[in-house]
Amino acid sequence: MSTKEKGWREIPIAGVCTKSSIGFMTGDWKTYMPVRDLEKCTTCLTCVMLCPEGAIKWRPDMAKIEFDFSFCKGCGICANECPTKAITMKMPGEEE
Amino acid sequence: MTTQEWKFTAKDIANKPDLFLSGHRACAGCGPAAVLRLIMKATRGPTIVTQATGCMEIVGSIYPYTSWGLPWLHTAFENAAANASGIDAALKALERKGKVKEHIDIIALAGDGGTYDIGIQALSGAVERGHDFLFVLYDNEGYMNTGIQRSGGTPTGAATTTTPAGSKIPGKLEKKKPITEIMLAHDMEYVATATPYYWKDMMTKVRRGLEVNGPAFLHIFAPCPRGWRTEPAKTMEYSKLSVESCVFPVWEAVNGNRQLSTPSKLIALAPQKKKSVTDYLAGQGRFRHLFTPQNKHIIDEMQRFTDERWERLLLKCEKA
Amino acid sequence: MKAKQETIPLNGDEAVALAVKQCDVDVVAAYPITPQTIIVEKYSEYVANGEVQTEFVCTESEHSAMTACLAAAVTGARTFTASASAGLALMHEMLFVTSGFRAPVVMAVANRALSAPLNIHGDQSDSMAERDSGWIHVYAENAQEAYDNIIQAFKIGEDIDVSLPVIVGLDGFTISHTLENVNVLDDQSIKQFIGERPFVMVTTQEGKTVPFKLDPANPMTLGPNALPNYYFEFKRQQEEGMRNALRKIQEVNSEYAKISGRNYGNGLIDAYELDDAEIAIVCVGSVAGTLKVIVDELRQEGMKVGVLRLRTFRPFPLEELRNALKEVKALAVMDKSMSFGGFGGAVFSEVRSALYEVNQRPTIVNYIFGLGGRDTNPHELRKIFEDLARIAKTGRAEMSVQYLGLRE
Repeated sequence: MSTKEKGWREIPIAGVCTKSSIGFMTGDWKTYMPVRDLEKCTTCLTCVMLCPEGAIKWRPDMAKIEFDFSFCKGCGICANECPTKAITMKMPGEEE
Repeated sequence: MTTQEWKFTAKDIANKPDLFLSGHRACAGCGPAAVLRLIMKATRGPTIVTQATGCMEIVGSIYPYTSWGLPWLHTAFENAAANASGIDAALKALERKGKVKEHIDIIALAGDGGTYDIGIQALSGAVERGHDFLFVLYDNEGYMNTGIQRSGGTPTGAATTTTPAGSKIPGKLEKKKPITEIMLAHDMEYVATATPYYWKDMMTKVRRGLEVNGPAFLHIFAPCPRGWRTEPAKTMEYSKLSVESCVFPVWEAVNGNRQLSTPSKLIALAPQKKKSVTDYLAGQGRFRHLFTPQNKHIIDEMQRFTDERWERLLLKCEKA
Repeated sequence: MKAKQETIPLNGDEAVALAVKQCDVDVVAAYPITPQTIIVEKYSEYVANGEVQTEFVCTESEHSAMTACLAAAVTGARTFTASASAGLALMHEMLFVTSGFRAPVVMAVANRALSAPLNIHGDQSDSMAERDSGWIHVYAENAQEAYDNIIQAFKIGEDIDVSLPVIVGLDGFTISHTLENVNVLDDQSIKQFIGERPFVMVTTQEGKTVPFKLDPANPMTLGPNALPNYYFEFKRQQEEGMRNALRKIQEVNSEYAKISGRNYGNGLIDAYELDDAEIAIVCVGSVAGTLKVIVDELRQEGMKVGVLRLRTFRPFPLEELRNALKEVKALAVMDKSMSFGGFGGAVFSEVRSALYEVNQRPTIVNYIFGLGGRDTNPHELRKIFEDLARIAKTGRAEMSVQYLGLRE
């Protein structure tokens, strides 16, 4: 967020939004974060489908799933729904 | 391409860019947010989205930030369908003048507040007039954005902030308004129910709704961990349980002819797989007060009512 | 280039419908309510006979009518609607929203009393209750002006520096249902006068500067939640639109006079015999017509009297009003509405406040009249001038607020 907010002459009329929310990192909301056991992952992409934040991405070029922790809120849906239990929720620091 | 031809896998969907972007302010584990993200991935071309005031409207549009990667309009609470009517009329007029060259889909989004209660007049009117739009109801069974108050979509027995579980009155006494029956009675070409656990079914239904040349209605059941007092991680589990317990069967009706969708059809074919209502209610804080001797009869009543409605639904689907 | 005109007998509603027809409106979304029904009925005939290229939406309520007009306007359409009384009141929420969206919707209001009790007849309480909503308010004196005002309203509201919705008020039944000879312009002249709808340019979240409308090619988010750190600025923007409207209304009035031969004062105020007037009446709407006739009679008798009709109530023409009335000794302001519990009616409050700082303030009194369509006859109006003559001598009024024609 910029420290100086704009005056009425500088912003577009009628509340037209000027910034994409991609610039608003909700990742700092989380208490727990998802940790993956790559050996159990079958790339079924259930986690990619069900993440409410769109924070889990499928990278076809690398044929792998990528977690974007700058947006992950730590809800745990991915861990709960993973069919092979490849994801567990841990406090940051206890991933080992 | 039509839905018949739209064969998609998880990888196909994952490759499509999000149009409901990350960085929105929904609670962790929000069911409606997951629903919206998936619906936006099911769009088929140029689309305009209009939304009623509510959780999903607020979380994606806190000035100056926006989570919407397509044209999006919010005006007030009760008029998502009236917005859609105006957009539809404008596009038709501009198309006649040659100012708009391609077909643009219109999706109207509203929560149960903006559909069952304050929004029903505009919805009924827009459907009666035959505007070309898909109305998506994301039902989290309460006015969640203003603090979990009861709506016409709140089920019997649920504790909300305006129907609290008190010593005299144990939560909401009234039944959940049968919104899809009301919409079916409008002689709509397409009415369907869906829930995000079965995301493929849900997205296919969005496409079918968009294909209708006229109004279509999609009722999506989306658990709210904050309002239901459930664990955020279990949102999709409750979405699945709602179908397995037949509390929220998934089906679609084309020109009034109803068919169960695969997840509910599996229950119909193998009734031993049907879970009890108690399985569904357990773990939801809003129903916790029902698990007491003096309120147990409400759970029994809910089981009876769910079974009865399920049987009626099976009959209606058989006739198709 | 003067327009070709022909004279047709039309009532106020029909004149409005015809003006809308000639303005190439894309979407009309409306709900019927007496005394505006003839507008929507006449327009439906044009639609049914293919005389207009308009999408006509018969919404299920006025709230949805205003919503649909707003949504259509932000999708790029030129839109119109009409209402009155309870219908306008039902739209109340959306009037503020429409102005906040800077959508140049034009609405004819066939001014009618508000319930309760139910009354279908003419008074101005409906639109006076919406004076804070951010709409431009222009009031007609007769059917001819109602016709002219509709045409001008599109040009005023759509101006890039204004970008505000416009209410064109016409007194219920007195104008809406009364037949007059109306001079109507040819289609081509109106088309040329109004032109195509222009669009304000805005910068979106993609960093592009594009026309302000819903367009999949240039996605934008309209109608966000503006928290306390931003909301105030958007309201100030609306106020700037109103300030620009003061100038634009006068410009459009002059430009229209060039093609039609008709102007309404300077567009903001219509001053009649006010130059050397010692006593005067300020009013809004059709009563001005009757007052002008009485002024002519009294002038014959040697009284120095005049009438100031406020053609534009929003934005309030502060400077013009002060300049026009600064020599007047006694002034009566007529209100065809009430503000219960307030010191007089809306027009009285605003005129009095406007003249507070003038060096030689006139003594100002308020006459509330014509509520619920109560007829006001010339004798009663003449009596006001006589009262004012007395007040001018003493410089004092016994009663600031009186009710004209009320049975005690």
